[in-house]
Amino acid sequence: MAGPLEQFEIQPLYPIEVAGYDLSFTNASAWMIFALLVTWGFLFFGMRKSELVPGRWQSAVEGLYEFVHGMVDTNIGPKGKKYVPFIFSLFIFILIANLAGLFPYAFTVTSHIAVTFAFAAFIFFMCVLIGLAKHGFRFFSLFLPAGTPWFLWILVIPIEMISFLSRPITLSVRLFANMTAGHILLKIFIGFVVSLGVAGGIWSVVGILPFAMTVALFGLELIVAVVQAYVFALLTTVYLNDSINLHH
Amino acid sequence: MDAAAAQLLGAGMAAIGIGMAAIGVGLIFGLFLLGALRNPAAAASQQPQLLFGFAVTEALGIFAFLVALILLFVV
Repeated sequence: MAGPLEQFEIQPLYPIEVAGYDLSFTNASAWMIFALLVTWGFLFFGMRKSELVPGRWQSAVEGLYEFVHGMVDTNIGPKGKKYVPFIFSLFIFILIANLAGLFPYAFTVTSHIAVTFAFAAFIFFMCVLIGLAKHGFRFFSLFLPAGTPWFLWILVIPIEMISFLSRPITLSVRLFANMTAGHILLKIFIGFVVSLGVAGGIWSVVGILPFAMTVALFGLELIVAVVQAYVFALLTTVYLNDSINLHH
Repeated sequence: MDAAAAQLLGAGMAAIGIGMAAIGVGLIFGLFLLGALRNPAAAASQQPQLLFGFAVTEALGIFAFLVALILLFVV
């Protein structure tokens, strides 16, 4: 039987090599394209016949958009309106990648630090550049919360700098660790079901227990997949708010 | 003690930090429930704050998890 970590292996589906670099079309790429197609299909066919009184599908699309728009509006305010499409794409891509990973034999794109860190690093540099472009060198006052007494500066500034620089790490590792740990846990419990079922006799009956646990864990993983996508998008808006409005 | 054993022990010790973060996350949700039950009308508006606090607290557990990962796979 496959080990619990085997599900995360990247296999090349169509080997491509350019100038010594391995640029193969892998199962990870395939599932990213799948997430993209599902997103596109969901949005395109939902809004194809946009009506004044929305049907079920159109309400789902509009509800999702309203949700993200509300999140950006409460966290950033009116200045954040132009970032809604970015946050929305980020949220829906991560959400669908997370959810697609829950299907048996599927590959979870977001269970790879390379993918999540690429997102997080992009967001981090975007926040820094927006902050510098909007506020110039005043952007660095982010490291000194307003109203800090002067004798605490030497303590507060390094702490704030470390917490700022660790943002891309925590943002990426949170998503990656949650997805990886959840899938390993699922795989281990599914392995119990199989090995107890094969054992025969009374053990096959006992196998119902890990099966029930697997069902419950799938429910939990469903919540985790949605919450982690939401937390990723929420933290992105919070970081953007720091760059756009500086003092919150 | 050889280095490999020390690495494994260190990774196990890093798991203590994850447990500490678990206490923090439990406190956040517990205290939110405490407040939410006293004033249910205000609870829904504070949901983003709850998840933000949860994410920030969880980050510290993630650092401990990273230490374990680095000890196991990188060093």
